[in-house]
Amino acid sequence: MTVDSSPVKFTPARPGQPPPDLRTISGGRPVFRAELPDGRIAWLVSGYESVRQMVIDQRFSRALAVAPGRAQPGFEMSAAGSISGTDPPEHTRLRKLVASAFTARRVEALRPRVAAIVSQLIDAMTGRPQPADLVASFSLPLPAQVICEMLGVPAADLEQFHAWSDAIIGDWQRDSDEIMTAAVELYGYFVTLIENKRAQPADDLTTALIAARDDADRLSEHELTAMCCGLLIAGHETTANHINLSLLLLLDHPGQMAALRADPGLIPTAVEELLRCTRLGGLPPARVTTDDIQLGGVVIPAGELVIPLYSTANRDPSVFTSPDRFDVTREAASHLAFGAGVHYCLGAQLARVELQEAFRGLIGRLPGLRLAIPASDLEFKPGMAIHSLRELPVRWGEP
Amino acid sequence: MTRWRISVDKSLCIGSAMCVAIAADRFVLDERQRSGPVEAEIDPDELVRDAAASCPSEAIGLVDADTGQRIDLD
Repeated sequence: MTVDSSPVKFTPARPGQPPPDLRTISGGRPVFRAELPDGRIAWLVSGYESVRQMVIDQRFSRALAVAPGRAQPGFEMSAAGSISGTDPPEHTRLRKLVASAFTARRVEALRPRVAAIVSQLIDAMTGRPQPADLVASFSLPLPAQVICEMLGVPAADLEQFHAWSDAIIGDWQRDSDEIMTAAVELYGYFVTLIENKRAQPADDLTTALIAARDDADRLSEHELTAMCCGLLIAGHETTANHINLSLLLLLDHPGQMAALRADPGLIPTAVEELLRCTRLGGLPPARVTTDDIQLGGVVIPAGELVIPLYSTANRDPSVFTSPDRFDVTREAASHLAFGAGVHYCLGAQLARVELQEAFRGLIGRLPGLRLAIPASDLEFKPGMAIHSLRELPVRWGEP
Repeated sequence: MTRWRISVDKSLCIGSAMCVAIAADRFVLDERQRSGPVEAEIDPDELVRDAAASCPSEAIGLVDADTGQRIDLD
Protein backbone atom coordinates (compact mmCIF):
# COMPACT_ATOMS: atom_id res chain seq x y z
CA MET A 1 0.00 0.00 0.00
CA THR A 2 1.66 3.24 -1.12
CA VAL A 3 0.75 6.89 -1.42
CA ASP A 4 0.17 7.56 -5.09
CA SER A 5 2.09 10.74 -5.80
CA SER A 6 1.67 11.35 -9.54
CA PRO A 7 -1.44 13.49 -10.14
CA VAL A 8 -3.21 13.02 -13.47
CA LYS A 9 -4.74 16.02 -15.24
CA PHE A 10 -8.49 15.88 -14.82
CA THR A 11 -11.08 17.94 -16.68
CA PRO A 12 -14.77 17.25 -15.99
CA ALA A 13 -16.68 16.36 -19.14
CA ARG A 14 -18.64 19.12 -20.83
CA PRO A 15 -22.36 19.45 -20.03
CA GLY A 16 -24.43 16.81 -21.79
CA GLN A 17 -21.40 14.58 -22.40
CA PRO A 18 -20.79 11.29 -20.60
CA PRO A 19 -18.30 11.36 -17.71
CA PRO A 20 -14.67 10.83 -18.74
CA ASP A 21 -13.60 7.24 -19.17
CA LEU A 22 -11.50 6.54 -16.10
CA ARG A 23 -10.07 3.39 -17.60
CA THR A 24 -8.15 5.81 -19.80
CA ILE A 25 -7.47 8.56 -17.27
CA SER A 26 -6.60 6.59 -14.16
CA GLY A 27 -5.95 3.12 -15.52
CA GLY A 28 -9.18 2.06 -13.82
CA ARG A 29 -7.97 2.89 -10.30
CA PRO A 30 -10.98 3.58 -8.04
CA VAL A 31 -9.09 6.32 -6.12
CA PHE A 32 -6.44 8.50 -7.71
CA ARG A 33 -4.69 11.81 -7.27
CA ALA A 34 -5.56 14.46 -9.83
CA GLU A 35 -4.84 18.02 -10.81
CA LEU A 36 -8.11 19.92 -11.32
CA PRO A 37 -8.58 22.55 -14.06
CA ASP A 38 -8.06 25.32 -11.47
CA GLY A 39 -4.74 23.83 -10.41
CA ARG A 40 -5.90 22.34 -7.12
CA ILE A 41 -4.73 18.84 -6.27
CA ALA A 42 -7.46 16.46 -5.14
CA TRP A 43 -8.07 12.76 -4.71
CA LEU A 44 -10.85 11.62 -7.01
CA VAL A 45 -12.95 8.63 -5.99
CA SER A 46 -14.62 6.87 -8.90
CA GLY A 47 -15.39 3.27 -7.91
CA TYR A 48 -18.91 2.61 -6.61
CA GLU A 49 -17.79 0.82 -3.44
CA SER A 50 -15.07 3.36 -2.71
CA VAL A 51 -17.50 6.28 -3.11
CA ARG A 52 -20.02 4.68 -0.75
CA GLN A 53 -17.31 3.84 1.77
CA MET A 54 -15.99 7.40 1.63
CA VAL A 55 -19.25 9.31 2.01
CA ILE A 56 -20.44 7.31 5.02
CA ASP A 57 -17.09 7.78 6.81
CA GLN A 58 -17.14 10.87 9.05
CA ARG A 59 -13.37 11.24 8.73
CA PHE A 60 -14.08 12.81 5.32
CA SER A 61 -15.14 16.26 6.53
CA ARG A 62 -17.43 18.67 4.68
CA ALA A 63 -16.87 21.40 7.29
CA LEU A 64 -13.13 21.46 6.55
CA ALA A 65 -13.80 21.54 2.80
CA VAL A 66 -15.94 24.69 3.01
CA ALA A 67 -13.79 26.42 5.64
CA PRO A 68 -12.51 29.92 4.80
CA GLY A 69 -9.47 29.75 2.58
CA ARG A 70 -10.45 26.37 1.19
CA ALA A 71 -13.96 26.98 -0.15
CA GLN A 72 -14.51 27.78 -3.80
CA PRO A 73 -16.59 30.85 -4.70
CA GLY A 74 -20.34 30.33 -5.02
CA PHE A 75 -22.30 27.59 -3.36
CA GLU A 76 -19.29 26.19 -1.49
CA MET A 77 -18.58 29.61 -0.03
CA SER A 78 -22.10 30.01 1.31
CA ALA A 79 -22.29 26.41 2.60
CA ALA A 80 -20.18 26.96 5.74
CA GLY A 81 -22.33 26.38 8.84
CA SER A 82 -25.26 25.03 6.80
CA ILE A 83 -26.50 21.44 6.51
CA SER A 84 -24.40 20.97 3.39
CA GLY A 85 -21.25 22.33 5.02
CA THR A 86 -21.19 20.83 8.52
CA ASP A 87 -20.25 17.47 10.05
CA PRO A 88 -22.01 15.57 12.86
CA PRO A 89 -22.98 16.50 15.54
CA GLU A 90 -23.75 20.05 14.24
CA HIS A 91 -25.00 18.56 10.99
CA THR A 92 -27.32 16.11 12.78
CA ARG A 93 -28.86 18.87 14.88
CA LEU A 94 -29.66 20.96 11.79
CA ARG A 95 -30.73 18.08 9.57
CA LYS A 96 -33.18 16.70 12.16
CA LEU A 97 -35.05 20.01 12.08
CA VAL A 98 -35.98 19.57 8.43
CA ALA A 99 -35.64 15.82 7.84
CA SER A 100 -39.24 15.02 8.76
CA ALA A 101 -40.61 17.46 6.16
CA PHE A 102 -38.80 15.62 3.35
CA THR A 103 -39.36 11.94 4.20
CA ALA A 104 -40.80 9.59 1.60
CA ARG A 105 -44.15 9.52 3.42
CA ARG A 106 -44.47 13.30 3.80
CA VAL A 107 -43.45 13.94 0.21
CA GLU A 108 -45.86 11.29 -1.10
CA ALA A 109 -48.64 13.37 0.46
CA LEU A 110 -47.53 16.28 -1.74
CA ARG A 111 -47.80 14.20 -4.95
CA PRO A 112 -51.35 15.37 -5.86
CA ARG A 113 -50.26 19.00 -5.51
CA VAL A 114 -47.13 18.37 -7.64
CA ALA A 115 -49.32 16.68 -10.28
CA ALA A 116 -51.71 19.65 -10.22
CA ILE A 117 -48.85 22.12 -10.79
CA VAL A 118 -47.57 19.95 -13.67
CA SER A 119 -51.03 19.98 -15.17
CA GLN A 120 -51.42 23.76 -14.85
CA LEU A 121 -48.01 24.41 -16.42
CA ILE A 122 -48.78 22.11 -19.37
CA ASP A 123 -52.21 23.75 -19.79
CA ALA A 124 -50.49 27.12 -20.03
CA MET A 125 -47.89 25.80 -22.48
CA THR A 126 -50.46 24.24 -24.80
CA GLY A 127 -52.49 27.46 -24.72
CA ARG A 128 -49.63 29.41 -26.30
CA PRO A 129 -48.04 29.21 -29.77
CA GLN A 130 -45.22 26.72 -30.34
CA PRO A 131 -42.33 26.40 -29.85
CA ALA A 132 -42.25 26.69 -26.07
CA ASP A 133 -39.17 27.17 -23.92
CA LEU A 134 -39.43 24.23 -21.55
CA VAL A 135 -37.00 25.83 -19.08
CA ALA A 136 -39.08 28.95 -18.49
CA SER A 137 -42.51 27.38 -18.89
CA PHE A 138 -42.09 24.05 -17.12
CA SER A 139 -38.87 22.66 -15.72
CA LEU A 140 -37.94 25.70 -13.63
CA PRO A 141 -41.36 26.83 -12.36
CA LEU A 142 -42.33 23.30 -11.25
CA PRO A 143 -39.70 22.73 -8.52
CA ALA A 144 -39.59 26.45 -7.71
CA GLN A 145 -43.31 26.58 -7.02
CA VAL A 146 -43.18 23.38 -4.95
CA ILE A 147 -40.35 24.55 -2.66
CA CYS A 148 -41.86 28.04 -2.37
CA GLU A 149 -45.17 26.53 -1.24
CA MET A 150 -43.36 24.33 1.28
CA LEU A 151 -41.49 27.33 2.69
CA GLY A 152 -44.52 29.60 2.53
CA VAL A 153 -42.91 32.05 0.10
CA PRO A 154 -45.35 34.12 -2.01
CA ALA A 155 -45.47 32.87 -5.61
CA ALA A 156 -45.11 36.48 -6.79
CA ASP A 157 -41.47 36.42 -5.62
CA LEU A 158 -40.54 33.39 -7.75
CA GLU A 159 -38.80 35.31 -10.51
CA GLN A 160 -36.67 37.28 -8.10
CA PHE A 161 -35.63 34.04 -6.46
CA HIS A 162 -34.64 32.58 -9.73
CA ALA A 163 -32.30 35.50 -10.43
CA TRP A 164 -30.63 35.08 -7.03
CA SER A 165 -30.25 31.31 -7.21
CA ASP A 166 -29.01 31.62 -10.79
CA ALA A 167 -26.20 33.87 -9.59
CA ILE A 168 -25.35 31.78 -6.54
CA ILE A 169 -25.44 28.28 -7.97
CA GLY A 170 -25.53 28.67 -11.74
CA ASP A 171 -22.16 30.16 -12.46
CA TRP A 172 -19.12 29.87 -10.23
CA GLN A 173 -16.95 31.60 -12.80
CA ARG A 174 -18.91 34.78 -12.40
CA ASP A 175 -17.57 37.81 -10.61
CA SER A 176 -17.54 36.89 -6.93
CA ASP A 177 -18.95 40.34 -6.01
CA GLU A 178 -22.03 39.45 -8.01
CA ILE A 179 -22.36 36.12 -6.22
CA MET A 180 -21.97 37.82 -2.83
CA THR A 181 -24.54 40.49 -3.70
CA ALA A 182 -27.08 37.84 -4.68
CA ALA A 183 -26.38 35.83 -1.51
CA VAL A 184 -26.77 38.94 0.67
CA GLU A 185 -30.03 39.95 -1.04
CA LEU A 186 -31.48 36.45 -0.73
CA TYR A 187 -30.48 36.37 2.94
CA GLY A 188 -32.09 39.76 3.49
CA TYR A 189 -35.28 38.56 1.86
CA PHE A 190 -35.54 35.69 4.34
CA VAL A 191 -34.73 37.95 7.31
CA THR A 192 -37.85 39.92 6.38
CA LEU A 193 -39.95 36.83 5.60
CA ILE A 194 -39.03 35.31 8.99
CA GLU A 195 -40.06 38.54 10.76
CA ASN A 196 -43.38 38.44 8.94
CA LYS A 197 -43.98 34.76 9.75
CA ARG A 198 -43.16 35.40 13.41
CA ALA A 199 -45.93 37.98 13.45
CA GLN A 200 -48.29 35.82 11.39
CA PRO A 201 -47.48 32.11 11.72
CA ALA A 202 -48.66 29.84 8.92
CA ASP A 203 -48.72 26.12 8.16
CA ASP A 204 -45.36 26.00 6.42
CA LEU A 205 -41.76 24.92 6.91
CA THR A 206 -40.46 28.44 7.64
CA THR A 207 -42.94 28.77 10.51
CA ALA A 208 -41.97 25.31 11.82
CA LEU A 209 -38.29 26.31 11.81
CA ILE A 210 -39.12 29.55 13.60
CA ALA A 211 -40.87 27.51 16.30
CA ALA A 212 -37.80 25.27 16.61
CA ARG A 213 -35.75 28.41 17.22
CA ASP A 214 -38.10 30.42 19.44
CA ASP A 215 -39.71 27.61 21.46
CA ALA A 216 -36.81 25.18 21.80
CA ASP A 217 -33.66 27.18 20.91
CA ARG A 218 -32.52 24.41 18.59
CA LEU A 219 -30.84 26.68 16.04
CA SER A 220 -29.51 30.22 15.91
CA GLU A 221 -31.20 33.05 14.03
CA HIS A 222 -28.43 32.88 11.43
CA GLU A 223 -28.83 29.11 11.04
CA LEU A 224 -32.57 29.57 10.61
CA THR A 225 -32.10 32.16 7.87
CA ALA A 226 -29.31 30.23 6.15
CA MET A 227 -31.44 27.05 6.24
CA CYS A 228 -34.28 28.78 4.37
CA CYS A 229 -31.83 30.16 1.77
CA GLY A 230 -30.24 26.74 1.34
CA LEU A 231 -33.55 24.93 0.91
CA LEU A 232 -34.70 27.41 -1.68
CA ILE A 233 -31.50 27.20 -3.73
CA ALA A 234 -31.12 23.44 -3.46
CA GLY A 235 -34.71 22.91 -4.50
CA HIS A 236 -34.40 25.03 -7.59
CA GLU A 237 -32.00 24.45 -10.45
CA THR A 238 -31.18 20.88 -9.48
CA THR A 239 -34.57 19.37 -10.25
CA ALA A 240 -35.14 21.81 -13.14
CA ASN A 241 -32.03 20.75 -14.94
CA HIS A 242 -32.59 17.09 -14.14
CA ILE A 243 -35.86 17.42 -16.02
CA ASN A 244 -34.03 19.10 -18.93
CA LEU A 245 -31.13 16.67 -19.12
CA SER A 246 -33.42 13.66 -18.67
CA LEU A 247 -35.64 14.82 -21.50
CA LEU A 248 -32.60 15.27 -23.76
CA LEU A 249 -31.47 11.74 -22.93
CA LEU A 250 -34.93 10.33 -23.69
CA LEU A 251 -35.20 12.26 -26.97
CA ASP A 252 -31.82 10.83 -27.92
CA HIS A 253 -33.21 7.31 -27.34
CA PRO A 254 -36.55 7.18 -29.19
CA GLY A 255 -36.99 3.47 -28.45
CA GLN A 256 -36.81 4.13 -24.70
CA MET A 257 -39.22 7.07 -25.02
CA ALA A 258 -41.61 4.82 -26.95
CA ALA A 259 -41.40 2.22 -24.19
CA LEU A 260 -42.45 4.84 -21.62
CA ARG A 261 -45.32 6.07 -23.80
CA ALA A 262 -46.52 2.49 -24.19
CA ASP A 263 -46.28 1.78 -20.45
CA PRO A 264 -46.31 4.83 -18.13
CA GLY A 265 -46.09 2.34 -15.25
CA LEU A 266 -42.37 2.21 -16.09
CA ILE A 267 -41.90 5.87 -15.14
CA PRO A 268 -40.65 5.34 -11.55
CA THR A 269 -38.07 2.80 -12.76
CA ALA A 270 -37.15 5.08 -15.67
CA VAL A 271 -36.61 8.02 -13.32
CA GLU A 272 -34.01 6.00 -11.36
CA GLU A 273 -32.23 5.09 -14.60
CA LEU A 274 -32.35 8.75 -15.69
CA LEU A 275 -30.84 9.73 -12.34
CA ARG A 276 -28.11 7.12 -12.82
CA CYS A 277 -27.24 8.22 -16.35
CA THR A 278 -27.64 12.00 -16.15
CA ARG A 279 -24.74 14.08 -14.91
CA LEU A 280 -26.20 17.18 -13.28
CA GLY A 281 -23.08 19.19 -12.62
CA GLY A 282 -19.32 19.43 -12.67
CA LEU A 283 -17.47 18.31 -9.59
CA PRO A 284 -19.58 17.16 -6.60
CA PRO A 285 -19.01 18.68 -3.13
CA ALA A 286 -15.53 17.92 -1.81
CA ARG A 287 -14.41 16.56 1.57
CA VAL A 288 -11.14 16.96 3.48
CA THR A 289 -9.57 14.03 5.33
CA THR A 290 -9.20 14.40 9.11
CA ASP A 291 -6.84 11.41 9.31
CA ASP A 292 -4.72 9.14 7.11
CA ILE A 293 -7.37 6.91 5.54
CA GLN A 294 -7.14 3.75 3.45
CA LEU A 295 -9.52 3.82 0.51
CA GLY A 296 -9.60 1.84 -2.72
CA GLY A 297 -6.07 0.48 -2.32
CA VAL A 298 -4.32 3.74 -1.41
CA VAL A 299 -3.70 5.75 1.74
CA ILE A 300 -5.00 9.31 1.58
CA PRO A 301 -3.05 11.48 4.04
CA ALA A 302 -4.83 13.77 6.51
CA GLY A 303 -5.73 17.25 5.30
CA GLU A 304 -6.21 16.35 1.62
CA LEU A 305 -9.08 17.31 -0.66
CA VAL A 306 -11.18 14.31 -1.76
CA ILE A 307 -14.03 14.39 -4.31
CA PRO A 308 -16.54 11.58 -4.90
CA LEU A 309 -17.33 11.20 -8.62
CA TYR A 310 -20.93 10.01 -8.32
CA SER A 311 -21.68 9.92 -12.03
CA THR A 312 -18.63 7.78 -12.71
CA ALA A 313 -19.51 5.48 -9.81
CA ASN A 314 -22.97 5.19 -11.39
CA ARG A 315 -21.23 3.64 -14.41
CA ASP A 316 -19.17 1.17 -12.42
CA PRO A 317 -19.47 -2.09 -14.42
CA SER A 318 -19.10 -4.19 -11.26
CA VAL A 319 -22.47 -2.84 -10.09
CA PHE A 320 -24.33 -1.92 -13.29
CA THR A 321 -24.13 -4.39 -16.20
CA SER A 322 -23.30 -2.66 -19.50
CA PRO A 323 -23.27 0.64 -17.64
CA ASP A 324 -23.19 2.86 -20.74
CA ARG A 325 -26.48 1.40 -21.97
CA PHE A 326 -29.51 3.56 -21.09
CA ASP A 327 -32.37 1.22 -20.28
CA VAL A 328 -35.60 2.48 -18.70
CA THR A 329 -36.40 -1.03 -17.46
CA ARG A 330 -33.14 -1.39 -15.53
CA GLU A 331 -33.34 -1.73 -11.72
CA ALA A 332 -31.04 1.24 -11.08
CA ALA A 333 -32.28 2.52 -7.71
CA SER A 334 -28.93 1.81 -6.02
CA HIS A 335 -27.34 4.68 -7.99
CA LEU A 336 -25.48 7.41 -6.15
CA ALA A 337 -27.03 10.43 -7.87
CA PHE A 338 -28.27 11.65 -4.46
CA GLY A 339 -25.03 10.73 -2.68
CA ALA A 340 -25.15 8.66 0.53
CA GLY A 341 -24.42 9.02 4.22
CA VAL A 342 -25.27 12.05 6.33
CA HIS A 343 -25.30 14.37 3.29
CA TYR A 344 -27.67 12.14 1.29
CA CYS A 345 -29.73 14.67 -0.64
CA LEU A 346 -32.37 16.05 1.72
CA GLY A 347 -34.73 16.61 -1.23
CA ALA A 348 -34.17 13.21 -2.86
CA GLN A 349 -37.68 11.90 -2.24
CA LEU A 350 -39.22 15.20 -3.32
CA ALA A 351 -37.09 15.22 -6.48
CA ARG A 352 -38.26 11.67 -7.26
CA VAL A 353 -41.92 12.68 -6.97
CA GLU A 354 -41.34 15.83 -9.05
CA LEU A 355 -39.46 13.94 -11.77
CA GLN A 356 -42.05 11.16 -11.88
CA GLU A 357 -44.96 13.59 -12.15
CA ALA A 358 -43.08 15.80 -14.63
CA PHE A 359 -42.51 12.90 -17.03
CA ARG A 360 -46.00 11.52 -16.50
CA GLY A 361 -47.27 14.91 -17.64
CA LEU A 362 -44.82 15.55 -20.48
CA ILE A 363 -45.16 12.05 -21.94
CA GLY A 364 -48.87 11.66 -21.32
CA ARG A 365 -50.01 15.05 -22.54
CA LEU A 366 -47.49 16.11 -25.18
CA PRO A 367 -47.33 13.36 -27.82
CA GLY A 368 -44.59 13.94 -30.38
CA LEU A 369 -42.59 16.06 -27.90
CA ARG A 370 -39.33 17.03 -29.65
CA LEU A 371 -36.61 19.67 -29.79
CA ALA A 372 -37.45 22.74 -31.84
CA ILE A 373 -33.78 23.43 -32.59
CA PRO A 374 -30.85 21.05 -33.22
CA ALA A 375 -29.47 19.63 -29.97
CA SER A 376 -26.04 21.01 -30.94
CA ASP A 377 -27.47 24.56 -30.74
CA LEU A 378 -28.53 24.20 -27.09
CA GLU A 379 -26.51 26.45 -24.80
CA PHE A 380 -25.49 25.74 -21.24
CA LYS A 381 -24.82 28.64 -18.90
CA PRO A 382 -21.13 29.08 -18.13
CA GLY A 383 -19.81 27.74 -14.83
CA MET A 384 -19.42 24.30 -13.39
CA ALA A 385 -21.79 23.78 -10.48
CA ILE A 386 -24.97 22.79 -12.33
CA HIS A 387 -25.33 22.03 -16.02
CA SER A 388 -27.98 24.63 -16.53
CA LEU A 389 -29.61 25.10 -19.94
CA ARG A 390 -30.41 28.67 -20.99
CA GLU A 391 -33.39 27.54 -23.03
CA LEU A 392 -34.92 24.28 -24.18
CA PRO A 393 -37.19 25.07 -27.15
CA VAL A 394 -39.64 22.23 -27.81
CA ARG A 395 -42.58 21.39 -30.08
CA TRP A 396 -45.19 18.64 -29.83
CA GLY A 397 -48.08 17.15 -31.78
CA GLU A 398 -48.00 16.32 -35.49
CA PRO A 399 -44.79 17.44 -37.25
CA MET B 1 -32.76 0.51 33.28
CA THR B 2 -34.65 1.21 30.07
CA ARG B 3 -33.66 -0.75 26.99
CA TRP B 4 -34.42 0.25 23.40
CA ARG B 5 -35.42 -2.11 20.60
CA ILE B 6 -34.34 -1.17 17.06
CA SER B 7 -36.03 -2.44 13.92
CA VAL B 8 -35.48 -1.53 10.27
CA ASP B 9 -38.25 -2.04 7.72
CA LYS B 10 -36.24 -3.25 4.74
CA SER B 11 -39.16 -2.65 2.42
CA LEU B 12 -38.99 1.06 3.26
CA CYS B 13 -35.17 1.34 3.43
CA ILE B 14 -33.76 3.09 0.35
CA GLY B 15 -30.09 2.47 1.15
CA SER B 16 -29.21 6.11 1.84
CA ALA B 17 -26.76 4.87 4.51
CA MET B 18 -27.75 7.80 6.71
CA CYS B 19 -27.96 5.55 9.78
CA VAL B 20 -24.59 3.81 9.32
CA ALA B 21 -22.97 7.21 8.77
CA ILE B 22 -24.47 8.61 12.00
CA ALA B 23 -24.21 5.50 14.20
CA ALA B 24 -21.62 3.22 12.61
CA ASP B 25 -21.60 0.76 15.54
CA ARG B 26 -25.36 0.34 15.59
CA PHE B 27 -26.38 -0.27 11.96
CA VAL B 28 -24.99 -2.43 9.19
CA LEU B 29 -25.84 -2.63 5.48
CA ASP B 30 -26.51 -5.95 3.76
CA GLU B 31 -25.27 -6.80 0.25
CA ARG B 32 -28.27 -4.96 -1.25
CA GLN B 33 -27.32 -1.82 0.74
CA ARG B 34 -30.35 -2.28 3.00
CA SER B 35 -29.83 -1.44 6.66
CA GLY B 36 -30.38 -3.50 9.78
CA PRO B 37 -29.45 -3.16 13.46
CA VAL B 38 -26.16 -4.66 14.66
CA GLU B 39 -27.97 -5.57 17.90
CA ALA B 40 -31.73 -5.40 18.14
CA GLU B 41 -31.76 -4.46 21.83
CA ILE B 42 -29.49 -1.73 23.19
CA ASP B 43 -29.04 0.65 26.06
CA PRO B 44 -30.41 4.09 25.15
CA ASP B 45 -28.09 5.76 22.64
CA GLU B 46 -28.66 9.30 21.37
CA LEU B 47 -26.93 8.49 18.07
CA VAL B 48 -29.54 5.81 17.38
CA ARG B 49 -32.28 8.32 18.12
CA ASP B 50 -30.56 10.74 15.70
CA ALA B 51 -30.32 8.05 13.03
CA ALA B 52 -34.02 7.19 13.35
CA ALA B 53 -35.00 10.87 13.23
CA SER B 54 -32.80 11.51 10.17
CA CYS B 55 -33.82 8.47 8.10
CA PRO B 56 -35.21 9.78 4.79
CA SER B 57 -37.67 6.92 4.47
CA GLU B 58 -38.71 6.61 8.15
CA ALA B 59 -37.59 2.98 8.00
CA ILE B 60 -36.16 2.82 11.53
CA GLY B 61 -38.44 1.84 14.39
CA LEU B 62 -37.35 2.59 17.94
CA VAL B 63 -39.37 1.36 20.93
CA ASP B 64 -38.98 0.79 24.64
CA ALA B 65 -38.00 -2.90 24.83
CA ASP B 66 -40.21 -3.55 27.89
CA THR B 67 -43.33 -1.56 27.12
CA GLY B 68 -43.21 -1.47 23.30
CA GLN B 69 -43.86 2.28 23.46
CA ARG B 70 -42.36 4.37 20.68
CA ILE B 71 -39.32 6.39 21.67
CA ASP B 72 -39.71 10.12 21.06
CA LEU B 73 -37.40 11.00 18.16
CA ASP B 74 -37.10 14.71 18.91
